[in-house]
Amino acid sequence: MVLLQVDHISKHYEKDKPVLSDISLHVQQGEFISIIGPSGAGKSTFLRCINRMIDISSGEIHFDGTNMMALNKRNLRKNRTKIGMIFQHYNLVSRLTVIENVLHGRLGYKSTFQGVLSLFKEEEKREAFHLLEKLGMAEHAYKRCDQLSGGQKQRVGIARALIQSPKLLLCDEPIASLDPSSSKIIMDHLKEISTEMNITCIVNLHQVDVAKKYSDRIIGLNAGEIVYNGAPKDLLEREIREIYGANAAHLMMK
Amino acid sequence: MITGEYRSNKKQLTIFLLLLIVVMLASASFTEFNFIYSIQTLPKAFTWIISNLFITEQALEKLPSVMDKLIETVFLSITSTTTAGVSALFLALLGSEATKVNDFFAKLSRVIASVYRNIPIVAWALILLLSFGQNALTGYFALFLATFGFLVRAFIETIDETSSGSVEALQASGATYFQIVMKAVIPECLPQMMSWILYMIETNIRSSTLVGILTGTGIGFMFDLYYKNMNYEVVTLITLSIVIVVIGIELISNYVRRVIL
Ligand SMILES: Nc1ncnc2c1ncn2[C@@H]1O[C@H](COP(=O)(O)OP(=O)(O)OP(=O)(O)O)[C@@H](O)[C@H]1O
Ligand SMILES: [Mg+2]
Repeated sequence: MVLLQVDHISKHYEKDKPVLSDISLHVQQGEFISIIGPSGAGKSTFLRCINRMIDISSGEIHFDGTNMMALNKRNLRKNRTKIGMIFQHYNLVSRLTVIENVLHGRLGYKSTFQGVLSLFKEEEKREAFHLLEKLGMAEHAYKRCDQLSGGQKQRVGIARALIQSPKLLLCDEPIASLDPSSSKIIMDHLKEISTEMNITCIVNLHQVDVAKKYSDRIIGLNAGEIVYNGAPKDLLEREIREIYGANAAHLMMK
Repeated sequence: MITGEYRSNKKQLTIFLLLLIVVMLASASFTEFNFIYSIQTLPKAFTWIISNLFITEQALEKLPSVMDKLIETVFLSITSTTTAGVSALFLALLGSEATKVNDFFAKLSRVIASVYRNIPIVAWALILLLSFGQNALTGYFALFLATFGFLVRAFIETIDETSSGSVEALQASGATYFQIVMKAVIPECLPQMMSWILYMIETNIRSSTLVGILTGTGIGFMFDLYYKNMNYEVVTLITLSIVIVVIGIELISNYVRRVIL
């Protein structure tokens, strides 16, 4: 089943300087997709166009049967609950506790009033603890987030996204600020989420080897255009050179 | 190449220093400020201060009424600062890049803040004097407006610096604007904002003395009164008590800051 259908989208901030040009991409439910490409290629922009954190200049996006471009503000919010987002810098409210941050993921389902007063149901709280347990964070539930390590913060970020019961996770360089062992933990969790919970993951990555190891499909982006769209095993030196340019690719193959 | 750069930096520095000296001499002659003369008068000034500015027993009798006015001044500055802080929060939310509603209001809020901030408090007091006359309300509004402008600017920076990430995350999860403000912006920024408010309370106790001279209220009025009557002992008493209160407030707010930050 096609969950996300991106057709011919373009984005430019200034005239004649396209950041994304004519991008099309169909994503299956449960698929694990990595987007790689040099800095400034438009990876973050593309990810934010999908949930309309950034408005596209032209093209169409259909997600889970709805035309994202036609949504009004209210319905856009409703649809965003089905899309979780994970960030390089975790984007947690650092002065609040882990459990409070996880429950923030439920705000989209609540009225303003309920949300502001933190009127969460018993089962929502139970689900929050359950997710923390699954991610190995149960013992830290009442810690303030500024006391956690990077890898722990990212796991809180994942729990916050999962409690939305999303169909799609957008991950913008989730391991770019982490050491190798924390990176592995995070990537393993994401992979597990996609295979066991059948949640689609689109992950921006800087490391080609990580992308090859975890992805069902890899998208190569260069200067706002898709230059590669295929299986990890077909991503060879020539393709990498096309994505990153000759000099950088030489370094990467070592 | 590095030494070349170093040399040109040094040359720039020399030119800059020379320019500074020229500007200083020019402005001294423009304002008829005579450096030599002012140094020569220094000893005389000190003798005057020592012989005139001390506290006599007679002056101490005025202490209760001084304290009265001082408390009035402290409360005036606390009230004006806290009300300005609450109003500034709303404008800062509109003005911050992270929480702006649209570009028009963001620009408007920044312009308003900048205008209010750049009108000196003395000018506010004089302007308001015309419409409200000599009373405590004039002092209150003068302090309020200048504080408001400053705090909007400070709060905008606080919001932009500390909460743009969490705001983005909550937006992406479908939270409403007020949920985002109450659940991300306020918890993240409140301590820093409280710290700014405390700082402004300190500043405003000092400013309100000056404003009081103009508007005829509070400790400033008292200072003015005894100064014009040449009762310098009481003037000294007033000055000293202001200093003590300001230091006291500073100590308290430092303590509060340590606890909340
Ligand atoms: N708000 C903006 N206004 C103008 N230009 C922007 C804006 N945001 C991004 N850009 C430009 O769009 C291009 C793509 O940026 P984007 O952040 O999507 O790249 P990226 O592939 O995520 O890079 P990185 O790997 O460094 O994160 C860049 O050239 C950037 O300068
Ligand atoms: Mg990026």
